[in-house]
Amino acid sequence: MLLGPALAVSAILFTLGVAGVLLRRNAIVIFMCVELMLNAVNLTFVALAQQLGISGQIFVFFVMAVAAAEAAVGLAIILAIFRHKETVDLRNINLLKG
Amino acid sequence: MPPLTLTVFWALAGMAITGATLCITRRSPLASALWLVVTLFALAGLFVLLDAQFIGVLQVLVYAGAIMVLFLFVIMLLNLGRPGPSDLKGPVGGAVAALLAGTLLLQLGGVGSSGPPDVIRMPEGTVAALQREQGMVGAVARPLFDTYLIPFEITSILLLAAIVGAVVLAKRKL
Repeated sequence: MLLGPALAVSAILFTLGVAGVLLRRNAIVIFMCVELMLNAVNLTFVALAQQLGISGQIFVFFVMAVAAAEAAVGLAIILAIFRHKETVDLRNINLLKG
Repeated sequence: MPPLTLTVFWALAGMAITGATLCITRRSPLASALWLVVTLFALAGLFVLLDAQFIGVLQVLVYAGAIMVLFLFVIMLLNLGRPGPSDLKGPVGGAVAALLAGTLLLQLGGVGSSGPPDVIRMPEGTVAALQREQGMVGAVARPLFDTYLIPFEITSILLLAAIVGAVVLAKRKL
């Protein structure tokens, strides 16, 4: 079975996504890393769906719908911030920092 | 498991991991986005290998097709295509990121190696038989419009809210 390898690949991809969020300062790239994490979880769902029933694949469907909504709204927020600050660098977006 | 399947699996897995690594290390956001597309395509291939052909097609259509185009469109719109000064954190930030990510990977490895308990596992080939009987799309569509009908309808409200939200947020005068 491919379950073990698939879970391992999924764990590595999720970790890379987390590392990307921690490593980068560009808001758009951080956003892409979040998408990468969502995809790693999708891989887990699909791998486990082979043994635990088809519901896992349906959850991937919902994750994709939520990710699409999230990407549309998130990128609109980034656009609004860029218009206001002329940058997407998180070092300059620190209004809530005390 | 035929050896060819395993070879293709590891080739696609290597492609996905390489793409992801390059995605988080390239300086230009444009290069990052294109490497993420490579990862998403490799993941679509992995989905097909894991008996989820319909999800694999959706992955290419929705992720690589729609979401990544949106990302590239915003990158172009904000004129971030040229590689500017690096946005990667310095050596301290990198060390912290590597430490935290390594800890996470170790913990995930501990969880993943045990796998699901035997009690909830279905007999070998149950899902494959269902897919043969109802077809690749039918096996997903029947529960989606039956057991998961209400979540499915709520998804449409979510997407409507996202459309309205995106239009309002992206308006010139906020």
